[in-house]
Formats: sequence, structure tokens, C-alpha cells
Amino acid sequence: MIINHPLLGPRDAAEFTYLGDAKMIHRPTAWEAEDALAQFTEYGYLRDNPAGTHRELWFHEQGDRSWLVVTRDTTTHEISDVQLARDVARAEGRGK
Amino acid sequence: MTYSGFRVIKEALTGHRGWGPAWRTPEPKSHYDYVIIGGGGHGLATAHYLASVYGQARVAVLEKGWIGGGNVGRNTTIIRSNYLLDGNEPFYEMSLKLWEGLEQDLNYNAMVSQRGILNLIHSDAQRDAFVRRGNAMMLNGADADLMSTEDILKRYPFLNVNNARFPIKGGLAQHRGGTVRHDAVAWGYARAADRRGVDIIQNCEVTGFRIENGKCLGVETSRGFVGAGKVAACVAGSSGRLMAKAGMRLPIESHVLQAFVTEGLKPVLPGVITFGAGHFYCSQSDKGGLVFGGDIDGYNSYAQRGNLPVVEDVCEGGMAIFPMLGRVRLLRMWGGIMDMSMDGSPIIDQTHIEGLYFNGGWCYGGFKATPASGMAYAHLLATGQPHEKATAYRFDRFETGRMIDEKGMGNQPNLH
Ligand SMILES: Cc1cc2nc3c(=O)[nH]c(=O)nc-3n(C[C@H](O)[C@H](O)[C@H](O)COP(=O)(O)OP(=O)(O)OC[C@H]3O[C@@H](n4cnc5c(N)ncnc54)[C@H](O)[C@@H]3O)c2cc1C
Repeated sequence: MIINHPLLGPRDAAEFTYLGDAKMIHRPTAWEAEDALAQFTEYGYLRDNPAGTHRELWFHEQGDRSWLVVTRDTTTHEISDVQLARDVARAEGRGK
Repeated sequence: MTYSGFRVIKEALTGHRGWGPAWRTPEPKSHYDYVIIGGGGHGLATAHYLASVYGQARVAVLEKGWIGGGNVGRNTTIIRSNYLLDGNEPFYEMSLKLWEGLEQDLNYNAMVSQRGILNLIHSDAQRDAFVRRGNAMMLNGADADLMSTEDILKRYPFLNVNNARFPIKGGLAQHRGGTVRHDAVAWGYARAADRRGVDIIQNCEVTGFRIENGKCLGVETSRGFVGAGKVAACVAGSSGRLMAKAGMRLPIESHVLQAFVTEGLKPVLPGVITFGAGHFYCSQSDKGGLVFGGDIDGYNSYAQRGNLPVVEDVCEGGMAIFPMLGRVRLLRMWGGIMDMSMDGSPIIDQTHIEGLYFNGGWCYGGFKATPASGMAYAHLLATGQPHEKATAYRFDRFETGRMIDEKGMGNQPNLH
């Protein structure tokens, strides 16, 4: 599997480690909320696990150590989109 | 028809004309007391124990393909009960005891072979961990034996005990562990369940659930609606996909695990060897092929095929301890999809939807669990209470923090 790194170009997936669903970018912040336990249980443990398009986090551990959001089809391993996780997180309203 | 030595001789003398199909091919009825989704080892075992132990007759197993076509027929056939934690060890030991009596129970030759399993030790820390594990096993009535390098070399003289990075310093053996002919497990359970009146319906895919007012009334299938008192899902690597149809999200990701088999050799490997530090395990099949595997590929997948870096990694691990492997030709490799759960342990539980039950999250270790999983699931379905050996396998453990995390990896499924 080849991941087309936005800065470095095509890299072998073996250079990366995998974290999982890109929704993990959105860690709940409301730790004092009434339903904080439910929110964190859902965040930490429950997954959509789709057969088909999946947005997921890959860490370029043996490269520039950037985090990427990779859009991949879990039934074919085909990759349709790769972005820096930082850009995705900002675009989705996290951080500065 | 009962199988026996007498019967085999009689058929041999009369041209084998008396054998019939081992199970019927019934049409689905409109309603059952129990509908089991998935004709793998676990689904068929559940049906068998529901009928034989809990006396339930109105049971159907719905399988989208053919029985035994899933992970039960794809795995590397290893059985053992060498677990550490309280939630797991009694359950897997119950399973090993059921394997020991399986063929008599089913009147079917599943080729249960207790050839022994050996986990290699490479460091003092690993020895300490395995001593602790061995004690946990013996406390739960299992057998465990700490072997020295000399003892190991007597049995496995070809092992490279002087590998620079992972020298072999001993091993933890479970002599009652071994292998089982995996297809025969599905066929044996199917035949035994069928003989007690269970309908095994192949080519019948469950496409949805009929849920009204929080109660599951049955399943939509490719062959029409089938009503049910209780619906029991056990679809191995397809759990995420199936339960999404009931609106559920699970503490599970689906990952691919590859396995490999070489050309047939004369007997060279008497038991099962695992090299945990280098991610490699191997046994020899009755046909002579060396069957081996290693790590999962490590990312969500439903592709039923892996990628080459893992092939390389597994073969490197093999060569490190088992140099003679380099002379052997690889015959086949394949991948299977497994439910990797968030703590590496399974789930057998009711769901929040009345009448809908779930069995899954077996990771890459569910084959050895087949009899106990069937027994525990049948118990839960028939009595409404968890089986005493499976009380830890509940959904709520993720919320309450009572994880059963053998490897201590936390909620990262690809590391279990
Ligand atoms: C390569 C590999 C090696 C392994 N090695 C070992 C090992 O050495 N030891 C060990 O203990 N475990 C091992 N495992 C794990 C073990 O095989 C599984 O955990 C176990 O077999 C899963 O249970 P099962 O047999 O019921 O699953 P399956 O046989 O996969 O049964 C599930 C069934 O559900 C059906 N199904 C799915 N969706 C639907 C639907 N919508 N409607 C109807 N039917 C449906 C499928 O077609 C399938 O037949 C291995 C797994 C793999 C992939």
C-alpha cells in the first residue's frame, strides 16, 4: 500500500503506524458534563467500523513524524485522499 | 446415521453407497424460538448446545454463504488455554475440556490432536511473565510446564537457540494444547445440531433487523422475513457491519490476519511453536504442510487479503528461530477478517435491544474458544443469565473500566 504524503510524495505504508478512525481528532472536552462518562466511553471505545470509505489516522513514524488523515476503502485498500491531520483538525474547528 | 468403525467397514465392502448427506437442506420457516446469525463454528456450536444441553428444538442457523466458509475454515487451527487473566483463563480451560470430549459428543472425527504448544522465552523478564502465567493456568486447573533450553532442544533440535537478538532461554509449554481439523469442527457441529432438529439454512444472508418499540421481532433476509423469539448474532469479522443494521456501534474494529502454508513435508515439527517476541507461530498439518502466521496487518480491513510488508515480517520472524524454513516452498497464503476488540477479549452479552444478543470480538483467538463460546452463548440465550465462566464478557466493561487486557495495550485494537 502506497500513501501519497502531501509534503513528501508517495511513501510505503510500512513507514507508518496506524491509530484508527480519524474521528479521534475530536476528543470530548466536556469532562465536567453530566454525560461525560458516556461521551468518553463512546470516544475511547465505540467505532463505526464501516465496510467501504474510512477516514483514518496514520503516523509517519519512520519519516517526518507527521500525522495524516487518509481516506481509504476498507474493502479494496484503495486510497482516495491524504491530508495533513493538522490541516484537517483546523478545518474542522480544532486548535488555532 | 451414526458413524462407527463397523459402519466404515460395512460401507467399504458395499461400495460406499450407503452414506447420505450429513445435514438436511430445509426451507426457512416463518418463525423460530432462536435465530442464530452466522454458520461459523460459534453459531453451529451454539445451536448444538442449545439443542443438546438446553433442550431447545425450534432453532435456525442462517448463513449467508456456506457453513464453514468463514474464519472457522480459515484459521491456523491452534487450541490452548494458556491465558493469564481471571476473566479469560477459566473460560478457555472450559473450552479445552470440551475439545477433549468433542468427538464423542458429536460422533464426528474432528482430528483433535493434543500435540502440545510451546511459547518460547527470550529474556529474564519474559520468563518471569511466563512463570506467572503458568501459575495462573494451574490455579484454574490447566496444565503448564516450564521447559529449559536443553529440554526444548531434545524435542526441537532444529531451533536456532543462539539468535543474537532473541536467544531461546526456555519456554512455557502446555502439553494439552494442540490443533484441530477446523472444517470438521463446523461439519461435526452442523451434523449434530441437525440431528436434533436444528434448521441449518445456507445461502441466506441477514440484511436487516425488524425492531419495534425496542424489541427485536426477527430478521430480514435474502430469503424473506424470519421471525424469532430471540436473535443471536455471531458473525466473526462481520460484527461491525451486521450490528450497524441494528443501529449499534461496537467496541470493535475489523482487521485482516494472514496465514501461510508450505508444501507438504515429512513430519518435522511435533508440536505448535510460538515465537511471540518476533511475531511468528507454526505447526505442521496432518497433510505435512507447515502452517504459520504472525501479526495482523494493522489497519481496518474487510478485504480478506493482506499486504506484502507483513508477509516479509512473518517470514523474517520464522527464519530467525527456524532457519530450515528458508528451504521450503510456500504453497498458499490467505487473509481472514477478524473482530479486533478494544481490550483484545471477546463479548458474549445481551444488547440494549430486547431479544437481540451479541457474540463477537474474538480477535485472532476465537477458534480455540468455539466449544466454550457455543456453550456460554447457548446458556445466555436459554436462561437469560451469563454462563458462570463467561461473566466477564459483558459490553459494560468498557464503561466501568473492567477491561480484560491480556497484553496491556489499552484501547488500541491493532496492538492486541
Ligand atoms: C488467518 C487466521 C488465523 C487464525 N488462527 C487461529 C488459531 O490458530 N487459533 C484460534 O483460536 N483462533 C484463530 N483465529 C481466529 C478464529 O478463526 C476466529 O476467531 C473464529 O473462527 C471466529 O468464529 P466463527 O468460527 O464462528 O467465525 P466464522 O466462521 O467467520 O463465522 C461467521 C459466519 O457468519 C457469516 N455471516 C456474516 N455476515 C452474515 C450475515 N449478514 N448473514 C448471515 N451470515 C453472515 C459468515 O459467512 C461466516 O460463515 C484465526 C483467524 C484467522 C483469520
